[in-house]
Amino acid sequence: MEIERDPPCPGPVRVMSVGVWGLDLEQPGSQDLILPNGGTPAGTASPASSSSLLNRLQLDDDMDGETRDLFVTVDDPKKHVCTMETYITYRITTKSTRVEFDLPEYSVRRRYQDFDWLRNKLEESQPTHLIPPLPEKFVVKGVVDRFSEEFVETRRKALDKFLKRITDHPVLSFNEHFNVFLTAKDLNAHKKQGMALLTRVGESVKHVAGGYKLRNRPLEFAAIGEYLDTFALKLGTIDRIAQRIIKEEIEYLVELREYGPVYSTWSALEAELAEPLEGVSACIGNCSTALEELTDDMTEDFLPVLREYILYSDSMKSVLKKRDQVQAEYEAKLEAVALRKEERPKVPADVEKCQDRMECFNADLKADMERWQNNKRQDFRQLLMGMADKNIQYYEKCLLAWESIIPLLQEKQEAK
Amino acid sequence: MNFLHMTENNFSLKKIEISVSEAEKRTGRNAMNMQETYTAYLIETRSVEHSDGQSVLTDSLWRRYSEFELLRNYLLVYYPHIVVPPLPEKRAEFVWHKLSADNMDPDFVERRRIGLENFLLRVASHPILCRDKIFYLFLTQEGNWKETVNETGFQLKADSRLKALNATFRVKNPDKRFIELKHYSDELQSVISHLLRVRARVADRLYGVYKVHGNYGRVFSEWSAIEKEMGDGLQSAGHHMDVYAASIDDILEDEEHYADQLKEYLFYAEALRAVCRKHELTQYDLETAAQDLAAKKQQCEELATGTVRTFSLKGMTTKLFGQETPEQREARIKMLEEQIKEGEQQLKSKNLEGREFVKNAWADIERFKEQKNHDLKEALISYAVMQISMCKKVGFGFSEGMSIFRSAGKFL
Repeated sequence: MEIERDPPCPGPVRVMSVGVWGLDLEQPGSQDLILPNGGTPAGTASPASSSSLLNRLQLDDDMDGETRDLFVTVDDPKKHVCTMETYITYRITTKSTRVEFDLPEYSVRRRYQDFDWLRNKLEESQPTHLIPPLPEKFVVKGVVDRFSEEFVETRRKALDKFLKRITDHPVLSFNEHFNVFLTAKDLNAHKKQGMALLTRVGESVKHVAGGYKLRNRPLEFAAIGEYLDTFALKLGTIDRIAQRIIKEEIEYLVELREYGPVYSTWSALEAELAEPLEGVSACIGNCSTALEELTDDMTEDFLPVLREYILYSDSMKSVLKKRDQVQAEYEAKLEAVALRKEERPKVPADVEKCQDRMECFNADLKADMERWQNNKRQDFRQLLMGMADKNIQYYEKCLLAWESIIPLLQEKQEAK
Repeated sequence: MNFLHMTENNFSLKKIEISVSEAEKRTGRNAMNMQETYTAYLIETRSVEHSDGQSVLTDSLWRRYSEFELLRNYLLVYYPHIVVPPLPEKRAEFVWHKLSADNMDPDFVERRRIGLENFLLRVASHPILCRDKIFYLFLTQEGNWKETVNETGFQLKADSRLKALNATFRVKNPDKRFIELKHYSDELQSVISHLLRVRARVADRLYGVYKVHGNYGRVFSEWSAIEKEMGDGLQSAGHHMDVYAASIDDILEDEEHYADQLKEYLFYAEALRAVCRKHELTQYDLETAAQDLAAKKQQCEELATGTVRTFSLKGMTTKLFGQETPEQREARIKMLEEQIKEGEQQLKSKNLEGREFVKNAWADIERFKEQKNHDLKEALISYAVMQISMCKKVGFGFSEGMSIFRSAGKFL
């Protein structure tokens, strides 16, 4: 399927109603919504082919490899030691056939604060969309070495995930800041340009006065809000349980590491039993090692994803609140008009603009929510299965260790 | 099992089965007329007819732990050259937090019942101990058994602790093998104690790991309530977590059985030491007798030849208060010569005794070594088998728990 390159702001498009939260969201009369791309000045609504954008939406699910035109990877962490500070940079490799990219391939080095800058810029310029979270800036618990292999690798994976999520997003992936991040040789020069790249829509949404109070969140968004609240709560509990499990497993490991060697000590006292006892000692040693690998995996692969989704939920809730703001402003302005008691009240231009903003926001948000739900399902399916697999592997390693000493234990030895 | 079953009048080779089949809580009055609660154990003896293999209950009586102790103490005195099988522990030791230290706890009573049965089986299968009359009566004579044992006067025959300790320090030439054996039994006791202590801590920690996983059960269930497509998968995972957490109780109960097997040999180490101590005693006795004899011989020689090579009080007093008459001297020499003769005979028999002891003890020790190697290997094998079965079961559980997620595939 070909993707047509459209000017950013297409006309009305039929939006599929999505029943991801089990509620019937079919609302009469809301079939025709305006679905612009958030990157254009609100004034210039050029009628573009609606079908092309629809194509883009449908293509989301088919973007597995064949029709992809943008690939981004984060790898090769390197430590830089300078007079003022020490920091890590990561290599960002981009391959693309999109016209927005001058070259087919790019390779740049970025550090965490560059990612942080990118995220802030995306939030500013695409306020109606859900921006993926970054791994935490600082490590709260304990004395964790920010230059340890494990920490750097965990962070690299999270940063890779972050960029891939943006890459997969039909709107965010075309964002100019994102492009600059992937391609610029000197990002700092671009950072200084700052305001110049800020879009008017973004600005207008950002400057919505905070004083408007929303009376009622529409059902579908209320449902999303409630879902996110419960979701974040449950993840928080799971995170705490997981941490506790790791702690218990480590304490178990400490005891195991003392237990195994006692069999060795015993073996030194014996003649016929020497080999069997030594075998048991080695076996327990193998099980201990397997357990250590399991706890490392849990720490490196399981916990970060939980934390990431908790952060994600938080940022999504703020976007919901912003949406409420936009709706509140529109409703307030509409009410003001109604109170003016004109014969046939004509909706002034600025109220219409408010309505546009609100409807854009709603559409973007709904689309993003559906995308988020799909990704969430995939991610958690992978995560939970991954953890189960790691556990299964641990038990398999132990099983093998014990099975291998059975013949040793059953061996008939010649008495000394 | 086969053993020589001594009936009242004759020996007869019969197959018999012994079992400690029940345990019962009882109340009664103790020696100080105070109320006490104790557990009584039912001992059943069955003889198996050769022809049809059917077993017939021949004896059945109740005994309490203190009676088992009495039996064992008796055996220790009368068979000092035998490594006497140990009793299960008097009080629960090496407990980890979930395990009760209470003697009345049903799990402890159950494990003790098995231990007592094991003790009787060990005694019954020992070629020498099985023939003991008191043991036979223990199995067959309910009333008056205690009196019968006490009538043997075995407590008087027991070596005093002090005497034994003295011998241990002062013996000059014990058999090398016994020195090594004593060393071995000390080390064995130390290492098995250490092992049991650490194992108890391992069990404690493992319990914690499993139980914390149980917390997942509830939260996964709550989470599944807000999900549509993922709901079933999460429910299944949550359910599996509950099953996983509950499985630890059985796992650790099985492991407790392994710990009991190790404990038996921990206590066996003490029995080995007892045999070594007896050897030291007999050897010391022998050395002392030889010493005394040598001293007497020397005294005699000195009196006969008139030379005083060694200091003696008699010599001093003689010097101070005048010589003794030749008749007196003759009388003393005669007495000494008689004592020497007696002494030589005693020494001869003690020597014989000592050698017999060493021979018999060593024969039983060899038997014990074989038994120990066999039993401990079996214990290790069943421990490994236990671990294997546990790994398979738990691994399978994780697989099952995720089966819904796995099969949902892309359409989750």
